[in-house]
Amino acid sequence: MPILETIGLEKRFGGITANHDVNLAVEKGARHALIGPNGAGKTTLINMLTGVLKPSAGRIMLEGRDITETAPHERVRLGMARTFQINQLFLDLTPLESVGLVVSERLGSGADWWRVVGTKASVTDEIVEIIERFRLTDVMLERTAILPYGKQRLLEIALAFACRPHVLLLDEPAAGVPEAERHELLATIEALPAEVTVLLIEHDMDLVFSFADRISVLVNGGLFVDGAPEEVARDPRVKAVYLGEELDA
Amino acid sequence: MTAPADNVSAYLRSRARWSPLEIAFWVFAFATIWLFPGKYLILKDTAILALFALSLDLILGYAGIISLGQAAFFGFAGYFAGLIAKYGIVTEPVLALILSGLVAAALGFVTSFLVLRGSDLTRLMVTLGVSLMLGEVANRYSDLTGGADGLQGVDIQPVFGRFRFDLYGHNGYVYCLIVLFVCFVLARRIVYSPFGLSLRSVKGNPLRASAIGIPVKWRLVAIYTVSAGFAGIAGGLLTQTTAFCSLDVFSLERSADLLLVLIIGGTGYLYGGLIGAVIYKFLQDWIANLTPQYWQFWIGLVLVALVLIGRDRMQGWIDAVRASLSRLGTRLLPRSAALGGAASDGGAER
Repeated sequence: MPILETIGLEKRFGGITANHDVNLAVEKGARHALIGPNGAGKTTLINMLTGVLKPSAGRIMLEGRDITETAPHERVRLGMARTFQINQLFLDLTPLESVGLVVSERLGSGADWWRVVGTKASVTDEIVEIIERFRLTDVMLERTAILPYGKQRLLEIALAFACRPHVLLLDEPAAGVPEAERHELLATIEALPAEVTVLLIEHDMDLVFSFADRISVLVNGGLFVDGAPEEVARDPRVKAVYLGEELDA
Repeated sequence: MTAPADNVSAYLRSRARWSPLEIAFWVFAFATIWLFPGKYLILKDTAILALFALSLDLILGYAGIISLGQAAFFGFAGYFAGLIAKYGIVTEPVLALILSGLVAAALGFVTSFLVLRGSDLTRLMVTLGVSLMLGEVANRYSDLTGGADGLQGVDIQPVFGRFRFDLYGHNGYVYCLIVLFVCFVLARRIVYSPFGLSLRSVKGNPLRASAIGIPVKWRLVAIYTVSAGFAGIAGGLLTQTTAFCSLDVFSLERSADLLLVLIIGGTGYLYGGLIGAVIYKFLQDWIANLTPQYWQFWIGLVLVALVLIGRDRMQGWIDAVRASLSRLGTRLLPRSAALGGAASDGGAER
């Protein structure tokens, strides 16, 4: 059984159909990439998966459970977290506070209004582990607003990871990261634990082909091709509509 | 625990530690009881305004909810405190005050669902509307509330059966100051808790807050309810210390003054309401003595100047003072400096 599955998913904005009949299956532990030209409906799809947008038709299943009607914050608790294409961070907080917030929220003390943050050893240990994994240790006490872009991008993923998702949706994680900071980011994404299923939405073909073990191509709102990277790269239709330039070059 | 974990833990705890500046602030606040015996009335009004402003800071500074209707809770609890004293339902003032806070919180809980919908402008209008409606209800049921004449015949018993509210306002001021302090400690506890941190995240980025599993709506309902409770306690204090309650507790001016206080004092660090209240009250008093007729002109001028200079620049002055004070503190207290140093060096070691 796929860990994340969509059945006939569709989204219309008035007369415009952004997604139609999307049947996507992401297997447990996969490194699944979702690619497609601009305007193919990738972001709409991820917004439906995470609950920001309500589908016009179809269903979304997470670990066999129908989550089509579930509120966004509930989906996080059920094991699906996302990052954003454009950073959505808490600019006034430090990375330490941001990660601490997510961890204490997940451990169920988010509504605790009496205890001081950071007095539970289990919480602090986990915060440290995540801060180190995402290479944020030397900036953990800086205000997020003044961090270099690459670090902000790492924090963007760290916050989603701190939710301990079973499925992690990465929406163009490498977008806009300068060359010098890129390597650190990619290495961190490579090092994500194998048991976390990753669905990667990305424009960058180098990243997609080095990282993914399965690729789905979205064109004009529908799933076009779905398969292993070699198959997708060989597929003449994909070459024609999308990969043509990159492969010829 | 590993070394960085110790650092992290120490840093997180240090966020919530009482700084010397804060301790000095409260020592001075309580010292005013002996320092300014002739000024009890204005001091008492200041303490009530400070508590009232603290209630607004909780929602504005920590959750980003702007409101022109805090007077609704202030007034509602004010009348409640007056009525239960007048009819002898609950005569002990401290207990009556807690009850006033609770009924205001209940009103806050119910109205929070109206306020949470929509944008800032909607919120301004809805909060304003709620307080206007309550004011009109109080006016309409004048048999109970005394209408335009105000609630007469309120007899407030001594606090704990011992401390009578005297003519000079000494006990009244001490009472208000203690209540302010207790509420402040409570608010401080709340904002440094995980719940408080989650509020700041909701204020900073509601989209992301919900994407990391925070039930944004319920957090806002919770803090709005708490804030209403605090406003209610402030309203109850006013009724108890004046043994009177009139329709102006619901006035728009009262809510608007509150925003002025927070503009003067700043939001999001809890002391803004307190410092703002002190500056606002004493500025008003001082200018009103100089030019009894035109004092509002000068208050207006101060506000314009304040906004033009900008909060950031003033924050810079405050930071400079704070830095030099903490340097002084470091020399006097080497031990606490070592702790603070360990936390901030945490990253550099690696």
